[in-house]
Amino acid sequence: MGGDQAGPVPMEGHDFALWEKRVDALMVLCSSKGHFTVDGLRRALEDMGEAAFEQHSYYERWIAAINQNLVEDGVYTLEELATRMEEVAQRGTTYAEAAHG
Amino acid sequence: MPHDHHDHDHSHDHSHDALSPSGHPYRQDNDAPLTYWQRMEIAVRELLIEKGVTTAAEVAAQIDLMDSRSPANGAAVIARAWTDPAFKSRLLDDAAEASREMGFDIGPLHLIAVENTADTHNLIVCTLCSCYPRNLLGLPPDWYKTRAYRSRAVREPRAVLSEFGVALPDHVSVRVHDSTADMRYIVLPARPAGTDDLSETELAAWITRDSMIGTGLPRAPDGLSATKA
Repeated sequence: MGGDQAGPVPMEGHDFALWEKRVDALMVLCSSKGHFTVDGLRRALEDMGEAAFEQHSYYERWIAAINQNLVEDGVYTLEELATRMEEVAQRGTTYAEAAHG
Repeated sequence: MPHDHHDHDHSHDHSHDALSPSGHPYRQDNDAPLTYWQRMEIAVRELLIEKGVTTAAEVAAQIDLMDSRSPANGAAVIARAWTDPAFKSRLLDDAAEASREMGFDIGPLHLIAVENTADTHNLIVCTLCSCYPRNLLGLPPDWYKTRAYRSRAVREPRAVLSEFGVALPDHVSVRVHDSTADMRYIVLPARPAGTDDLSETELAAWITRDSMIGTGLPRAPDGLSATKA
């Protein structure tokens, strides 16, 4: 990436949404508790391939990378994740409903 | 510097442009349809709490801590360096230690302050991802994390700077510093001319976030000019 050609720097920004702040907090907390390192996060991000960087937002890639590291560390299984994500979907159609606030 | 204000500009946020049936804009975060990745965040967080890895209170406290960090922290450090030569020398020697001296927690990171002078301008990037002196500046702006900035800052820094409205004379060298997970940089901008009579607190208002990344220069706070001050 460094040194590649690219277009103008997009200047627009956004306030971070609650779910994005939570992803950031989970990264800090899980790494401070020794479940993985920033290098582990980095490896998972790089394994996603270039398309992920076009298609997904910054914190979308982060939560995917955090999840991968936690599964590898044995904190929970992929089955537990899938079951919980399905339950979350049943709670409502917005983040607030699904997160219970 | 318009880009300093874009953090509060939602006009480009296409996912929230739609209006509700009553004609009001949907409120960000709460009324947009739940995404796959948001479901994953909720699920991961709940599993971590159930497994005893963290607690809801700990997550909330971490967010509060993050929200409490802003470029004002960095500006306080820079303003002190502008007014206290001994502190400036300690800052250039070990920026993490000097920042701790002012009560800012830098964690285990190495923090390096790079000084702008009459013939050198410094620019910070993280080509790998988004490493940033977040303990002193808060979370990085979106543009800092874009492919465009990360790719081009090391290839054509002057062109990137001009997009930020920074035009440097040809005789000024540009040094680009690539951050890593445990090595962060902060720019010590040059103190503007005409500010000799200002106090440390007044000076801090001149120090923008971008001036500490290198994509901006210190500037008079709104309504003030160097000559009036």
